[in-house]
Amino acid sequence: MMTIPLESGLILSGILFSLGLVGVLIRRNIIFILMSIEIMLNAAGMAFIFAGARWGQPDGQVMFVFILTMAAAEVSVGLALILQIYSKFKSLDADAASKMRG
Amino acid sequence: MMIIFYIAAVVAVISTLLVITRTNVVHALLYLVVSLLSAAIIFFVMGAPFIAALEVIIYAGAIMVLFIFVIMMLNIGKQSQQQESQWLQPKTWIGPAILVLILFAEFIYLFISTTPDIIESAMVSPKDVGMALYGNYLLGVELSAMLLLTGIVGAYHLGHRTKKVVHRFLEEEKSV
Repeated sequence: MMTIPLESGLILSGILFSLGLVGVLIRRNIIFILMSIEIMLNAAGMAFIFAGARWGQPDGQVMFVFILTMAAAEVSVGLALILQIYSKFKSLDADAASKMRG
Repeated sequence: MMIIFYIAAVVAVISTLLVITRTNVVHALLYLVVSLLSAAIIFFVMGAPFIAALEVIIYAGAIMVLFIFVIMMLNIGKQSQQQESQWLQPKTWIGPAILVLILFAEFIYLFISTTPDIIESAMVSPKDVGMALYGNYLLGVELSAMLLLTGIVGAYHLGHRTKKVVHRFLEEEKSV
């Protein structure tokens, strides 16, 4: 029987996570930053899935369900914040909102 | 099974790389959907079919639709007209289409080559996941329910447009 080794799965999720991190660091559009955060959350959940499949336990999938719930709540609040920032600053640039003035 | 995993992994990495380098938001969203679909293929191969279905339904379905709605709400009149004509050109959708065709070929292959022993050997069935979710992790389920309620209330509060209550003469003065 051939199963996927745990190392290659963890390397894949590490690559995806670092791509998301690079996306957060290099982009200044808020929507792109939010999408990169989604990529990172998905990669973290993928690591849970690989670890759960390695030992054949359902706990990894349960953790992925929790991450999915958290991502859904985070995206809804984040997109509402994007709408507010756009209506206030007329721009999606993250640097436009760098000053904390009410 | 190995080769399916590695092809889907390459597709996932390529599409994620394209997500963070696009300048157009909708192009990036197309590639992000491809990335999530390839993650679903990977989960299916890893023996987590329930999570693969959730990935397609919630991530690639619901969350991406939220993104698209917000992008539509943010549309800026004149630019959107030009972008609309650009979006219909084949060079915008040919990249995601090729990557999705690779995933679709893998999907067809998984159905045709009935090798259930390989899949089911490492498979964690949805029943086990459900038993664990509502058994050991019941507290986590309730906490995530509270988190979702907070998300609903927060999104409603933040998305609510505050009306400016200004006297109409002052409003005119302000607009000048």
